[in-house]
Amino acid sequence: MNHSTEDAYQDIRDAVRALCETFPDAYHRKVDEARAYPEEFVAALTEAGWMAALIPEEYGGSGLGLTEASVIMEEINRAGGNSGACHGQMYNMNTLIRHGSEEQRRTYLPRIASGELRLQSMGVTEPSTGTDTTKIKTTAVKNGDRYVVNGQKVWISRVQHSDLMILLARTTPLAEVRRKSEGLSIFLVDINKATKAGMTVRPIPNMVNHETNELFFDNLEIPEENLIGEEGKGFQYILTGLNAERTLIAAECIGDGYWFTDRITRYVSERTVFDRPIGQNQGVQFPIAEAYIEVEAANLMRYKACALYDAGKPCGAEANMAKYLAAKASWEAANACLQFHGGFGFACEYDVERKFRETRLYQVAPISTNLILGYVAEHVLGLPRSY
Amino acid sequence: MKVLVPVKRVLDYNIKVRVKPDGSGVDLANVKMSMNPFDEIAVEEAVRLKERGKVEEVVVVSIGAKQAQETLRTALAMGADRAILVEVDTASQDIEPLAVAKILKAVVEEEHPSLVIAGKQAIDGDMSATGQMTAALLGWGQATFASRIDIDGDRAVVAREVDGGLQTIGVKLPAVVTADLRLNEPRYPSLPNIMKAKKKPLRETTAAAYGVDTRPRLEVIKTVEAPTRQAGERVPDVETLVAKLKEKGIL
Repeated sequence: MNHSTEDAYQDIRDAVRALCETFPDAYHRKVDEARAYPEEFVAALTEAGWMAALIPEEYGGSGLGLTEASVIMEEINRAGGNSGACHGQMYNMNTLIRHGSEEQRRTYLPRIASGELRLQSMGVTEPSTGTDTTKIKTTAVKNGDRYVVNGQKVWISRVQHSDLMILLARTTPLAEVRRKSEGLSIFLVDINKATKAGMTVRPIPNMVNHETNELFFDNLEIPEENLIGEEGKGFQYILTGLNAERTLIAAECIGDGYWFTDRITRYVSERTVFDRPIGQNQGVQFPIAEAYIEVEAANLMRYKACALYDAGKPCGAEANMAKYLAAKASWEAANACLQFHGGFGFACEYDVERKFRETRLYQVAPISTNLILGYVAEHVLGLPRSY
Repeated sequence: MKVLVPVKRVLDYNIKVRVKPDGSGVDLANVKMSMNPFDEIAVEEAVRLKERGKVEEVVVVSIGAKQAQETLRTALAMGADRAILVEVDTASQDIEPLAVAKILKAVVEEEHPSLVIAGKQAIDGDMSATGQMTAALLGWGQATFASRIDIDGDRAVVAREVDGGLQTIGVKLPAVVTADLRLNEPRYPSLPNIMKAKKKPLRETTAAAYGVDTRPRLEVIKTVEAPTRQAGERVPDVETLVAKLKEKGIL
């Protein structure tokens, strides 16, 4: 490809690319085949300081913004990896930094920065509520100096490879609050302790090699000092993580989009059928060109969302729209890539089928396309709520 | 002891080179540029010497366009202590090894390093001349194509990759050493080091300030793309293969 995508983050891109080059396609393919966690890869990223990008310098990190974090995630996916294994720490971080107490920051951030602890999980979704988050049924009831948690969560990722989790639970019953978004609180859960004291983790085997789980809470006690921010304001705080998550995943889809368009461009330039490269046919060229254009366009919305987020401004609409555009673009790129690889696209050794599965997830997670459309219709356009 | 490492910003090694339509050179517009890979090896070696306590300071210098600052920042992120940019207008002219060597001589006379470690060649011009010319202009010893460098008192012991094997030589310091591919494997900069590099000193100057005339002395007559490989021919059996080879005069 001869279109330069150099920008102000080239130093970060070059360094992440250099690290990723030491983990070639075959590494990610093997991890996928074994349904394993890319432990060495995440360890290398942690050791080189990438997983601590958002932690302020005074706590041992690099004090960068979501924009830079998104570039890191983008480059991992662009290099053939899957940030899904490690993006949790990036989107969770600002929830702790922005809403945690000074004592919590001092206790946890330096140890997360050094790689001693991982904060990779966020426990929000429940089987009976889906995206209707304010209706969650998991409760945390204050009892002396602790909270007692009961309930159930689903699609909680990276729990087996994380030390800490941010958990959303209802602390005031729905019937007793003025607005349904009130009365929810967030807690920092020590996963290793919790699994011995009332939290059960049940892995969910799935289509993409993604470590995700069901969680069951049976009288799990959480010390009161693990409450993040004020009791009852958790919904507001969790949005910090949710908006970051959507924006980062937009960047990951953009990374995937470039991976697909790069790979297929190279392939169709070389693959000769009927005595000429198949890339000479407009029927082949146009879908690739179209996907590339859409990736580039999604990129603009991603940077807009990042800029708003980093300025501490509301960015719900932009984060959602960036995720929508990027996931759509990467999916179209994936389709073109698979289609023009012909049969070879289905062979594992070309890595296309793996990336195809991985990027398909982002039509559904962390929020499905329909719910983004519903959000934009209601909150941006002011149309009546449909659900 | 101080080490000076010259680094060059070149076309990224992953990029497919395109020749300008008029054949005057390679098209550099809008393509990714990176540090010359052999210079990366030179920076890595200097940083390792510092980490081993043999060297106190690593200074990197780049001669070229303003954007060579980025290349210098990469070297600083790898562990160099400070950087010097000698700006030359490379858009209107190519800068040749002799001019680079003259500028390096001037920088050496300012900085007084005991050792200059340079890449054995730049992957764009493939001249493999700058290190040698710099040593000659300074009247210093040189050890080219190094695959190992040890500092032993007032001399450097250098293993050189020569035809048929390795030659180990001792060279009195100060000296110029050029780095070959197998000297080391350069590290990738960590994020904290990239952040630190942004705060490290980078001094800017110009070739004119050193009184060096950088006008080219060589004339490029033409540049052409490497011929594309022709498709092969399938033969049904060994006999036909032998016959074909004979026909082509290979056997």
